Amino acid sequence: MGKLRVVHYINQFFANIGGEEKADFPAELRVGEVVGPGLAFKASFKDEAEIIATIVCGDSYFNENLETAKAQILEMVKAQNPDVFIAGPAFNAGRYGVACGTVADMVSSELGIPAITGMYEENPGADMFKNKVLTIATKNSAAGMRDAVAKMAPLALKLAKNEKIGASCEEGYMPNGVRVNFFEKERGSKRAVKMLLSKLSGKPFTTEYPMPSFDRVDPNPAVKDMAHARVALVTSGGIVPKGNPDHIESSSASHYGEYDISGVFDLTSDTYETAHGGYDPCYANQDADRVLPVDVLRDLEKEGKIGKLHEKFYTTTGNGTSVASSKAFAAEFSAKLKADGVDAVILTST
Amino acid sequence: MVKEVERAGIPVVHICTVTPISLTVGANRIVPAIAIPHPLGNPAMTAQEEKAIRRQIVEKALDALQTEVSGQTIF
Repeated sequence: MGKLRVVHYINQFFANIGGEEKADFPAELRVGEVVGPGLAFKASFKDEAEIIATIVCGDSYFNENLETAKAQILEMVKAQNPDVFIAGPAFNAGRYGVACGTVADMVSSELGIPAITGMYEENPGADMFKNKVLTIATKNSAAGMRDAVAKMAPLALKLAKNEKIGASCEEGYMPNGVRVNFFEKERGSKRAVKMLLSKLSGKPFTTEYPMPSFDRVDPNPAVKDMAHARVALVTSGGIVPKGNPDHIESSSASHYGEYDISGVFDLTSDTYETAHGGYDPCYANQDADRVLPVDVLRDLEKEGKIGKLHEKFYTTTGNGTSVASSKAFAAEFSAKLKADGVDAVILTST
Repeated sequence: MVKEVERAGIPVVHICTVTPISLTVGANRIVPAIAIPHPLGNPAMTAQEEKAIRRQIVEKALDALQTEVSGQTIF
């Protein structure tokens, strides 16, 4: 069997043509040449594969002449008909990352040739293409070339040989949203206890259910004059007018509700209920003030402890609702609260 | 949602029972509640007692809103 055939895509910088000043370098096919990072791939492939051609393209040229560049590069790859296509790695170079993702996606979807790329996880190209193209997570600078090639080369060979690809954590590509069922060697309880023991003894362990990473927002200054402040209520506990008029889902909510409580002094079992499907609803259905304390805030308003209870409240069901959705809901209603002159918000969660 | 309200420039207090979740998500002013299905109530009490305890929690929340904090704080 002959060697597997690889076509490699790199930018003007890695081809040693130049930096920004040469970023308008048009796409160029170099048949039989191994350039820049290609040398590291060549070493890693040993006798299994060879780079039959290198495509060099300036990052600005690619992004400013997108359709032309794509068509040119597609023709170049097609003519070489490789077993696998490698783009990059691009590390943290934004336009290069986008270019790598674009060409790799194009080569695999339009030519049916397996393609991979590699870049830093914060490269904008990563978010754009990691679900479409196998994208090896690399360090943020070319100092990580050795690591990047050590992961990209074996994965490229597997693809070229049409072998089964392992999970993202085994191969080093960024999770692409594809879930594959498999049987663990040990049962869940045993794995959980092992993890707990590692945690207690300060040893490293890998969670099987990673939490999304949350950013932080600095606290706003305190309310100076509560007696004249407009206070609004918000809840993730799903309190809605009886009958749930906007059909807020009991879990994984697709929207939030905005309801007017002008003239409402007490939430009762006849007027309000919860739409939330993640906790026993009977207590909130009996008396929704247990989740959204309208009655108490009306008293405090009457006593002059707060200026005013804002006439609208915002609500959704927090269970199973994605961080992205919650963020979008709250960004939208917070803008309304701000526009309505609300000074403080009490947000209740179940 | 708490963070988006905060990001919009409105001071916000999070009343919740599972405060570790609130800390993980990133709320800055946190007031602990009674129980998951009835954070601001207690069905085991009389209606009057229940409203009194609800008022205590809400007053604590208002106090939290009137307190300067430099980072995440459980009141």
